[in-house]
Amino acid sequence: MSPILFWLFAFVMLVFGAAVVINRNPIASALSLVVCFMGLSALFISLDAFFIGIIQVLVYAGAVMVLFLFIIMLLDLRVEERRKINLVAFVGGLAVAFALFVQICFVVDQLGAAKQAFPSLRAAKMDDVHNVGLLLFTNYNLPFQIIGVLVLVATIGVVVLSKRELR
Amino acid sequence: MLRDYVPLLLHIGVAIGFAVSALLMSVLLGKAGRRTRVKDTAYECGMVPQGETQPRFSVKFYLVAMLFILFDLEIVFMYPWAVVYKEMIVESKLVLWSMLSFVTILMIGYVYALKKGALDWKR
Repeated sequence: MSPILFWLFAFVMLVFGAAVVINRNPIASALSLVVCFMGLSALFISLDAFFIGIIQVLVYAGAVMVLFLFIIMLLDLRVEERRKINLVAFVGGLAVAFALFVQICFVVDQLGAAKQAFPSLRAAKMDDVHNVGLLLFTNYNLPFQIIGVLVLVATIGVVVLSKRELR
Repeated sequence: MLRDYVPLLLHIGVAIGFAVSALLMSVLLGKAGRRTRVKDTAYECGMVPQGETQPRFSVKFYLVAMLFILFDLEIVFMYPWAVVYKEMIVESKLVLWSMLSFVTILMIGYVYALKKGALDWKR
């Protein structure tokens, strides 16, 4: 894919990622996060990872955002809008973020692999859903079952945690 | 490859263009009065609202959304399964049994939620 598209989607992601933090209205933040997820999905698709790209939209932008919006409904929105910006915390947070950025630049500069250009992706023989399926049901069958147990734990956990007077 | 995405680009263009033009036209053609604090309240000419304007929602919404995500995840694993099923069932029955055991594990959680009345909206 052309680098222009990468820069475009990366820019969209950064702008809306910042909008998530800057927005005072939690609903607007959540909707900015949706656009951020869309940009991420476009980046996945541009790397020929179609399955992950679609899952990003279906599960994250679809299901996880529904959960976020429901949680926002459960909260008291007025508190967030009334809150004043703490200047010391603001400057401190900015300093920490800047220090982290400088450190990352420093590490990347030291890294040999960061200096060479990576070869372009080879065209895949099979579609990636096919590959994921073949690997999942041969080499990674046990982890797959463990994911099932993990989801079961989450199901029981959410029922227990949100119970009021259950049977 | 990029040419395949032209319809998608057109779709995005139309969606953004429609939203922007609808908002722009309403700003250009509509008449906006001066906004005051009283005018922004729900009942401008009535009583001044008292107490919380935002009702607190029941935690049942959270429960339903969370269960939705979990079973959504289950479906995600069924996509690759459905794609490779015909090819792999020829070699062995493992692909069938592994998915059956996965669904059975999740079914325990579903029966638990059902028995506990977590999906019962009235309570």
